[in-house]
Amino acid sequence: MDFKFTAEEEAFRQEVKDWLKANIPPRWFELTTGYWQETDESWKIARAFQKKLGVKGWLAPAYPREYGGADLGHIKRLILAEELTYHNAPVGVETEITVNWVGMALQHFGNEQQKKDYVSRVAKGDIVFCLGYSEPNAGSDLASLQTRATEKGDEYIINGQKIWCSYAHYADYCWLAAVTDPDVPKHRNMSMFVVDMKTPGITVRPLINILGCHSFNEVFFDDVRIPKENLVGEKNNGWFQLAVALDFERSGVQTAAGNQLLLDFLVGYAKSTKRNGRFLSEDPALRNELAEMAIEIEVARMLCYRIAWIYKTGGHSNYESSMAMLFGSELLRRMTDVGMRVLGKYGQLMNGSKWAIGQAEIARSYLASLSIGVGGGTNEIQKNIIAMRGLGLPRK
Amino acid sequence: MDLGLTEEQEMLKKSAQEFLAKECPKKLVRELDESDTGYSRDLWNKMAQLGWMGLSFPEKYGGNGGSFLDLTVLLDEMGYNIVPGPFFSTVVLAGYTLLEAGNEEQKKEYLGKICTGELIITVALTELDGTYDAASINTTAKAKGDGYVLNGTKLFVPDANVADYILVVARTKKSANPDDGITIFIVDAKSAGVKYTLLKTLARDKLCEVILENVRVPKAHIIGNLDKGWSVIQSLLKKAAVAKCAEMVGGAQASLDMAVNYAKERVQFNRPIGSFQAIQHYCANMVTDVDGSRFITYKAAWAVSEGLPADKEVSIAKAWTSEAFKRVAVLAHQIFGAIGFTMDHDMHLYFRRAKAGELAYGDADFHRDIVARQIGL
Repeated sequence: MDFKFTAEEEAFRQEVKDWLKANIPPRWFELTTGYWQETDESWKIARAFQKKLGVKGWLAPAYPREYGGADLGHIKRLILAEELTYHNAPVGVETEITVNWVGMALQHFGNEQQKKDYVSRVAKGDIVFCLGYSEPNAGSDLASLQTRATEKGDEYIINGQKIWCSYAHYADYCWLAAVTDPDVPKHRNMSMFVVDMKTPGITVRPLINILGCHSFNEVFFDDVRIPKENLVGEKNNGWFQLAVALDFERSGVQTAAGNQLLLDFLVGYAKSTKRNGRFLSEDPALRNELAEMAIEIEVARMLCYRIAWIYKTGGHSNYESSMAMLFGSELLRRMTDVGMRVLGKYGQLMNGSKWAIGQAEIARSYLASLSIGVGGGTNEIQKNIIAMRGLGLPRK
Repeated sequence: MDLGLTEEQEMLKKSAQEFLAKECPKKLVRELDESDTGYSRDLWNKMAQLGWMGLSFPEKYGGNGGSFLDLTVLLDEMGYNIVPGPFFSTVVLAGYTLLEAGNEEQKKEYLGKICTGELIITVALTELDGTYDAASINTTAKAKGDGYVLNGTKLFVPDANVADYILVVARTKKSANPDDGITIFIVDAKSAGVKYTLLKTLARDKLCEVILENVRVPKAHIIGNLDKGWSVIQSLLKKAAVAKCAEMVGGAQASLDMAVNYAKERVQFNRPIGSFQAIQHYCANMVTDVDGSRFITYKAAWAVSEGLPADKEVSIAKAWTSEAFKRVAVLAHQIFGAIGFTMDHDMHLYFRRAKAGELAYGDADFHRDIVARQIGL
């Protein structure tokens, strides 16, 4: 065993840190855009930054160089992801979806033309995908989706409704799951498509999230006609492709790094703020709670590092990814709750209030933390995966 | 970064699993738990023949020259099988104290005989207030002639009932700084004035009260430097805490495995209870605790093994694993239902040890306090 990074890896970490310090625009920090708090202005800054990252090969570091990636090894990708989050870089859910879900799936299942059309543009940060997975009646039970794609001549005609489509109002394309054969059982009835969001018949309607921001959308498809060649992979093989895509490497180290960022802020606050005549850092109860958070962050980090290490040694992670997500997301909720306690009554003040602490990161994270542990597979689904795939417990 | 075991460690793990499955069945564990000695000479000798006592000690003292990390792998398996006996006291507590602070002669004599299995040695550290604080050391050692006279009461001394020698941590000087003036003596357990009483404990482990009454110890029996023993103990406590975590990780893994196997077999409402989400989610929580504990424990063991400062890693591991093993054991009991509440069932053996492990070498509060300092609070 060896828990340290090599000198070369440490040098890479430093390179990333230096690059981020030089390349994240100051305006981004003034906007303090946290999870699910995008504005038109922050989106523009983020997209410009992602293109810069793309030029560096760091937007899609896992991709081969021929597709605009950096062919980075697993450990360096881990380091890059950690530093991007810790430095609050303008990358978020949209890059995770576009690069790690869609772009990876296209490399796996797309034909040569599709790879040529989309993968390099993904890596360069030229295009953004939104997901067309969930429907009003197909959430955790995704296989119950009902949106139809009917083959007609050279086209598919799409009808149905998708929901929780993050950034559909900005996205260039939708990565759509739709039923292509209604006469066969679930799991064998659907296919994956690339849909240009400018296609006539698509209506995007905003859903305002708990932070008062527009990140999610409902997307309606009314007789949306797309060329047949936008089918990705085999027809009716979509469920399999989706399942494989869930196993693409995701260390989830962003959650650990994000928690670390919050903890470091709180430790600094506790050391510099007096309440009842003494520094908060001298309060035994708060010390105990903050120490517990430091401990749990270390656990979370190790569960994420394990995933990178599994891939590095040629393995394949499945329940381990669910475990890291489960632990990290629950930790974020505990972390923000502890954070609110450290801040006392000031914790409730939102950004814009003159008395808010910092830019109200803690209060906003407290609200935002609810989405982690729901999106991308609820914690209950993660536990099912751990129990059935990891421990071999029976389905029935 | 390499999170895997070496080939040798994998072999050690496998051979330990096979050996203990055969030589340390739960029947023996129960017998020993209920006995006054708490260990089997036969099992002890076999473990010595396998080289376990000397696994991580240098070859020149008769050991195998392995690392602390190798020992961690072994303790993980011993915890899985909850091997009773004075292995932990002898190897981890006494062995590492001697290795770190003993002179060549002492190492050859005592460490050499630890490696062969000839000697059982323990460390008498804690006193009446039951803490790991230097200020709590009130047992006195007063110079007299060419030796010292020891007086005091030690509590929670593991395996003193079967020990050949006891490393006694005593105060040789009163000073404003409680860390100063502490000396470690190696005391023949049969010396006049040494009296032990077995304490009746929840885990039925063999903790003792040791009363020292005018016990005469030659000067040559000082381990390390006069008055400077506390830094040795601080270093030892780190190793002991990680080593205890390794045992607890093994115990937690065993509790999980037992509960998962039962959940697959036990049928209620015409289906295995392991197909119910409530039980599945318990198991998911348990394995998350087991895996998390294992990684941070091995990270701390690695840091200790590499001679790094390790204070933060050790306290993170002990704080988390102490709580995690308890959570796992409680959920395992819940899955077993009423049968787990009986003496006939094995689960209580683990539940008891989870609590004992938590209390040893600093509980979660103790170690969170250290972590708080380590993160700058």
